[in-house]
Amino acid sequence: MTERRPRIGVLVFPGSNDDRDAMWALSALGAKAVPIWHAEAEPPRVDGIVLPGGFSYGDYLRCGAIARFSPAMTAVSDFAADGGHVLGICNGFQILCEAGLLPGVLRPNASLSFVCRDVRVTVERADTPFTTRCRPGQALAIPVKHGEGCYHAPPDLSEEHVAFRYAPGENPNGSERDIAGVVNRDGNVLGLMPHPEHAVDPLLGSGDGALVLASLVDAARERSYALAR
Amino acid sequence: MLVRPKGGILDPQGEAVERSLRQLGFEVGDARVGRVIDLEVDATSVREARAEVERMCERLLANPLIESYEIELEGQE
Repeated sequence: MTERRPRIGVLVFPGSNDDRDAMWALSALGAKAVPIWHAEAEPPRVDGIVLPGGFSYGDYLRCGAIARFSPAMTAVSDFAADGGHVLGICNGFQILCEAGLLPGVLRPNASLSFVCRDVRVTVERADTPFTTRCRPGQALAIPVKHGEGCYHAPPDLSEEHVAFRYAPGENPNGSERDIAGVVNRDGNVLGLMPHPEHAVDPLLGSGDGALVLASLVDAARERSYALAR
Repeated sequence: MLVRPKGGILDPQGEAVERSLRQLGFEVGDARVGRVIDLEVDATSVREARAEVERMCERLLANPLIESYEIELEGQE
């Protein structure tokens, strides 16, 4: 019996530019990727959601501040509240923070320069639905490309929220506590600045990002089976 | 509305501006860069206008985690 291809929705905002890479990577890893236009108030049923990278609404005001009010974001919040898995990458991470689905906020890089390079990140939480294929403490090589990725944590942010950290000496943007990715308390919403969708094949420089996306595909598949029962 | 980074929040733009001013010989410290948002509001009173603008700041224009805001109103018939 062939495995079910879970449906993973990839949001598309005006200014998103990594949506196609995300869809390509998710498809290659066994999902059926479904684009969801930001203006859709009632998007199709999906088993998982990815908010891709880019510059939604031109990053005007603050990154993600305008995108969070897109009609489709209400459905994303409802999906997350129902236990659905939501992954935000780069601009998607910024949107999830602005929407209050993740703690903290992303600010301009401390260097004020756009950074675009491979970084090593350490898996701090291997027990989330997005990291089941990773080992605790595993180092992943995944590229970053952003101008505003300096993570500012709320003062009381506990360590359990830290899913990924930049490896020692690799912090590209001045993020507090070297935080590269955070997960919500329930463990079903995760955001990270590095781009796993750009690192799903050694031909692209690294295949490590596939561990993250394939974990999400696994989780979405389980959800699709659970809902079908 | 004047929106600016809260005290204690890293403000690399403010630091860059401060460094540049110092290079020009100005003795300055603690430079912060914020943004100004001008807009027109239809309201029957200053109080009503202020309440409306406060709601805008809370919902969209400022992120309370990192930014504070000030509101200046100018009445016009």
